[in-house]
Amino acid sequence: MTDILTYGVYVPYWRLPGSTIATVLGSAGARGTRAVASYDEDTTTLAVEAGRQAVRDAAVRARVDAVHLATSQPAYMEKTNATTVHAALSMDPRVRCCDTGGAVRSGFASLIAAAHSTETTLVLASDTRTGAAGGVDEATTGDAAAAFVVGRASAGPSAAEVLGSGSASAEFLDRWREPGDRWSRSWEERFGESHYLRLAAESFESARKSAGIEVDAVTHLAVTGLSPRAAARFGRESGVDPSRIVTDLSGEIGNAGTAHAGLMLAELLDRAHPGDVLVVTSLADGADTLVLRASPSIDRARPARTVRSWIDAGNPGLGYADFLTWKGHLARQSPRRPEPDKAAAPPSMRRAEWKFGFAGSACSHCGSRHLPPQRVCLRCGSVDAMEPVPLADTPARVATYTIDHLAYSPAPPVIGVVLDFEGGGRYACELTDATPAGVSIGMDVEMTFRRISENSGIQNYFWKARPVVVAAGEPTGGSA
Amino acid sequence: MSSHGIKDKVAIVGMGCTRFGELWDRSAGDLVVESTQAALTSAGITKDSIDAYWLGTLISGYSGMTLSTALKIDYKPVTRVENLCASGSEAFRNACYAVASGAYDIVMAVGVEKLKDTGYSGLARPNPADDGTGTTLTAPARFSMLAPAYADKYGVARDDFKEAMTHVAWKNHYNGARNERAQFRAEVPKEKIRNAPAVAGDLGVFDCSGVSDGSAAAIIVRAEDAHRYTDKPLYVKALSFAAGPGTGPFDPTYDYTTFEEAVRSAADAYRQAGVESPEDDLMMAEVHDCFTPTELVLMEDLGFSARGGAWTDSLADKFSLHGTLPVNPDGGLKSFGHPIGASGLRMLYECWLQLRGEAPRERQIAAKGLRYGLTQNLGGGPGECVSFVSIVGADVG
Repeated sequence: MTDILTYGVYVPYWRLPGSTIATVLGSAGARGTRAVASYDEDTTTLAVEAGRQAVRDAAVRARVDAVHLATSQPAYMEKTNATTVHAALSMDPRVRCCDTGGAVRSGFASLIAAAHSTETTLVLASDTRTGAAGGVDEATTGDAAAAFVVGRASAGPSAAEVLGSGSASAEFLDRWREPGDRWSRSWEERFGESHYLRLAAESFESARKSAGIEVDAVTHLAVTGLSPRAAARFGRESGVDPSRIVTDLSGEIGNAGTAHAGLMLAELLDRAHPGDVLVVTSLADGADTLVLRASPSIDRARPARTVRSWIDAGNPGLGYADFLTWKGHLARQSPRRPEPDKAAAPPSMRRAEWKFGFAGSACSHCGSRHLPPQRVCLRCGSVDAMEPVPLADTPARVATYTIDHLAYSPAPPVIGVVLDFEGGGRYACELTDATPAGVSIGMDVEMTFRRISENSGIQNYFWKARPVVVAAGEPTGGSA
Repeated sequence: MSSHGIKDKVAIVGMGCTRFGELWDRSAGDLVVESTQAALTSAGITKDSIDAYWLGTLISGYSGMTLSTALKIDYKPVTRVENLCASGSEAFRNACYAVASGAYDIVMAVGVEKLKDTGYSGLARPNPADDGTGTTLTAPARFSMLAPAYADKYGVARDDFKEAMTHVAWKNHYNGARNERAQFRAEVPKEKIRNAPAVAGDLGVFDCSGVSDGSAAAIIVRAEDAHRYTDKPLYVKALSFAAGPGTGPFDPTYDYTTFEEAVRSAADAYRQAGVESPEDDLMMAEVHDCFTPTELVLMEDLGFSARGGAWTDSLADKFSLHGTLPVNPDGGLKSFGHPIGASGLRMLYECWLQLRGEAPRERQIAAKGLRYGLTQNLGGGPGECVSFVSIVGADVG
């Protein structure tokens, strides 16, 4: 089989504690906290952020043959969302893109499929989730994405070798959603639990056998699924020492559906030492189990930001009304201003390197950088002497800023910032994942791919700045 | 710049200006009928005498037919021009050049805008199809960048600069309260201006111009023909227009404390008019006070104040109605609102009244210097704009 070469995750900035919901609705409320995609994020932008972590190494990026995006909440139907991710990651046009979606199971299934492929695949699993107000799903689900580059090991980094996989499938009504419905429905959890225990055991057994490992060889086991009772119980009955079973992260960020098994695998990779045997079992309309061994080069394969660092960087100050508004469940008065224009297809295509890849231009005569790219140099006037400069990963600083109370936004006021990029180049854009009191001249920011607006069903994707997410360094928190 | 000025070659012999405001009961066509009839009456002629027309508007109509159908113009040339918020000024500039060239004997420049019919509280204009990557910030937010940049560059406390901004709004409302054509005709206490709800950055509601409807018109003839129409013509001394390269927002050397387009167009206009000291030679100025820091920065760009000195000059009442160089004696955009295509010609209308000594007594300013009046009108935002400067005078020379 193949290796997980590199990986990355993304957990959005905002958190909604169950206690916040309880305060508003007057109910008992859930104990945990959930991650919430901002008003300017969707499953495509979450996938971009996770993918950027996974393919930050240009050599790895260049090896990718295909991009597979799995989600239960695609930003577009019919149109392929993976092409947006592909463009935002500035990948080669020869790379094949496809969406695998609808079912929650598709995320982990895509990863296993890639592990059985001879190609090098960037697998992205991304989800945004919610439920009826005050319900369990609303409080215990979450929004996040995970990304893996899966392929044969070479001279480059490798996080883990895939030792084997096992699956079991069964047709029964556990959780379902009609197309167009805002959230899913489920049968009584205890009904699914009985099936899942048997299916999980079958997938675990066959995966273990295909990998050629004994139960006591498992260093870390993660079990996840939309039936938390079944997941927890299978962990206890798996035969793996309880100290080696990793807690599901859903109490801190909610269960991220299609992305959650990927998040758990990333969590195992964050904490693994070379040679550790890592197992993830995911329960969704059956069960899938993946067995891996951490590679000697795992330290080199790790992303700059761990699952833990994303979780710790969250802001629990999100109000429930904003949460409902962002999820489209609360119709709010729109500002008395013209709605944003729709992004037009031909100019978006002509300027794809700028719009999606955030590539400016640098004058080959005088070196001046231009954002957006120009044909005529602002400094020396040279014509068509420009080289593209990718700036999505270049640090920037706030030169000046303003707070715009009039601009059209689902989360006013808009913070406008003028940025100076390291190595030259200036650009004015919005600052997101921040509050007006938190912005200052000289603050360090980084670029993030967002959904600027929507009109006529056309998602207008472009880049904003956000305060630098401080990496927490070494992964923290041991086994449960 | 390499413009050949047309100093004293053409003259304004008639002007008209509607009241500006939320004119729910009138269309753009109604407004141009009003402004042009007033202009024709003041020149003592009928529309049959007019050889050609220039119409400035941003969103209130397409083509020359916006004017020809409203006025029932019989097969005369009508040129519709657009240069953002300086569209009315652009109409005037082109009309003057048409007479100076000898192509026509008598022409009319008209500006009009009907903003209140859009249903929005700000400027709503159709944008060309694009990739959706342009700025999402509103005009007040873009202009608000001037305030902290200025304060930082000249070591002024933000509160002190805000006080100067407040003074600009207070002064312009004071002047507008003495003008029957203004949208807002009340003096506004400084405390109310200072404590108004925030719009963007340091800008409160009273730091922003309003949204209104209006129209203004001017009739232009060869200077030697002027006295056939009026005893008190205004002679055009200078016309200058500068469109910037628009690089400010992505040029790291642009510091948000100046409008280079205004600097260039003013320098060119002073050269054309022979103005050596704006402070001494000008009797008054009407400038583009779309937001209060804009007026402060323009005082320096136009050479009325030394760099870094506009805020103290303003607070010292240098630009007040009875200061040494009155600025926006009619109340400016602050009091009139900003019907895009009309504003440039509305500024000129105040020169028409003041230089002829016909402003109401409570705001008539004393003649001084060369009896020159200046209008400055810009469109766009800091670092990416167009700027127009005209100078007119009550006498030849």
